[in-house]
Amino acid sequence: MLQVNRRPKSLLDVKMHYCPGCGHGIVHRLVAECLDELEVASRAVGVAPVGCSVFADHYFACDMIQGAHGRGPAIATGIKRSKPECIVFSYQGDGDLASIGMAETVHSAARSENITVVFINNSIYGMTGGQMAPTTLIGQPSTTSPKGRDVKVNGYPIRVCELLSQLDGARYLERTSVHTAAHVIKTKKALKKAFQNQIDGKGFSMVEVLSMCPTNLAIAPKDNAKFIAEKMLPVYPLGVYKDADAPAAGGK
Amino acid sequence: MGEKLLMKGNDAMAEGAVRAGCRFFAGYPITPQNEVPEYMSWRMPEVGGAFIQAESEVAAINMLFGAAATGVRSMTSSSSPGISLKQEGISYCAGADLPIFFANVVRGGPGLGNIAGAQGDYFQSVRGGGHGDYRTFVMAPNSAEEMGNFPLKCYEVGEKYRVPSMILSDGTIGQMMEPVEFKFETVDAKKLPIPEWAIGANPGRPRRMVGSYDLREGELEKMVLARAKRYREVEEKEALWEGKMLDDAEIVLVSYGIASRASLAAMKLAREQGLKVGWFRPITLWPFPKKALTDVAKRVKSLLAVELSLGQMIDDVKLAIDCRVPVHLHARPGGVLPTGEEIVESVRKALKAGSKEAACCR
Repeated sequence: MLQVNRRPKSLLDVKMHYCPGCGHGIVHRLVAECLDELEVASRAVGVAPVGCSVFADHYFACDMIQGAHGRGPAIATGIKRSKPECIVFSYQGDGDLASIGMAETVHSAARSENITVVFINNSIYGMTGGQMAPTTLIGQPSTTSPKGRDVKVNGYPIRVCELLSQLDGARYLERTSVHTAAHVIKTKKALKKAFQNQIDGKGFSMVEVLSMCPTNLAIAPKDNAKFIAEKMLPVYPLGVYKDADAPAAGGK
Repeated sequence: MGEKLLMKGNDAMAEGAVRAGCRFFAGYPITPQNEVPEYMSWRMPEVGGAFIQAESEVAAINMLFGAAATGVRSMTSSSSPGISLKQEGISYCAGADLPIFFANVVRGGPGLGNIAGAQGDYFQSVRGGGHGDYRTFVMAPNSAEEMGNFPLKCYEVGEKYRVPSMILSDGTIGQMMEPVEFKFETVDAKKLPIPEWAIGANPGRPRRMVGSYDLREGELEKMVLARAKRYREVEEKEALWEGKMLDDAEIVLVSYGIASRASLAAMKLAREQGLKVGWFRPITLWPFPKKALTDVAKRVKSLLAVELSLGQMIDDVKLAIDCRVPVHLHARPGGVLPTGEEIVESVRKALKAGSKEAACCR
């Protein structure tokens, strides 16, 4: 029998805790495929965040470290500067990266730290139970904005790719999505480029992935993909926000 | 080794860390410790190490978390408010059993306080500091020379027991210039063994994980208890202290760091005046030299704690000696250095107070 697909070697054969319909499992697989295909699995080090993907350290087959909320890029910086031969990625959600960890995000990009950041934007805090995220849309209900995000009280959602694109140190920024199979394939391509950039020493690369939260968005799981297509995409347009080819300041 | 150099305490500490094998430094400017990152900014590249001026103390300690996880000898330094910001990261390092090394060049507090030398961060240093159950190996130098020689000990103890280690200094020791001799062979960082827990390139070995969490019922308790066993070993084996004129003393000044220098001047002055004063100085604050101080307390009428705070170490003094004799207090918080004369005044008050504890704080 011809085997046309299999579990990537970089993804451990363990039961994941993610909810059915969650995007993390998809993106984990894509990251693992990239590590396999680029043949960097044996020198890859992943940084797991605080949030639903805290357990990412149990799923990837490479060395993993789990640190404080939002500090992934700082931790990745410490690893990369100490061991430049490692391929270091920081996997983060929107609360982690765009709220508590915004300073680390901006400054690791400004330093053009030669790392790869995988940013999952599902517009909500998942693990803590559906609170408002920095990426929550205007009018979108959450457990801390039950009547919907009110700009007078809660301000406006943050567009991270657009924000970072102003920084010379950000070398590659792309926003993709995993709400359809076609977009999953595009996300894989973006992730692979973000890792290839690190191998080539090009500096800070980040892929923002719009993703589903079947449990803590105040909508039915079956309508998640539709929510991304109809509500998130107009606020978070997909595409390449930066693709600069120049030597990096931060490490090899 | 052997050569005497005239150095600022902060520069000596930075050079001492480099000679002890430090190859990663991340820090953020704050007075009175700025000499440390300034020194490291040129010295680290010279020895093939990495220096990063972080965007915040929070980022700096997390960079250390990552660097230390690869097994490299790492360092960060800051002063009081900055050390408060680092506490979450230090807790994560303690929880992940990472032997990071950091220095607090203490300034007057609380809040923004001032930039003079002070000792108000004692509790924070010896009781963990951040959240959760943990301890940090704490050394308190009282000279520029000790600033230069203590980093090596911090690395050795930290790595042996897998605990964070720190130098608790202050603005005065950090800023003053004194002759410094580095009394150890410079460590060849390349020859340091790579720890069996370090993450990094991993061809052909099982993958490794560094972290501080375990949500399975009862598992975290096992982790913490295993660590506590190492803490007990540190307490048994690693306490350091120094004493002078203890044999015939009626009252003993107990102080650490810069306060021990003022106390030493006071002891000499008091002896000239015929007062039987001794001097005891904890060199490690955690572990606190309990046994040695208890032995002293058995022979004297009282102790006088001299501190540049409202009185924090005095609690450990009382705990150590089980309140065997009265412990008086001479306290100067807010970045003020006591003179030898005023400490002698307190000695006289304490001697008069007898069994009643005297607070000689102004």
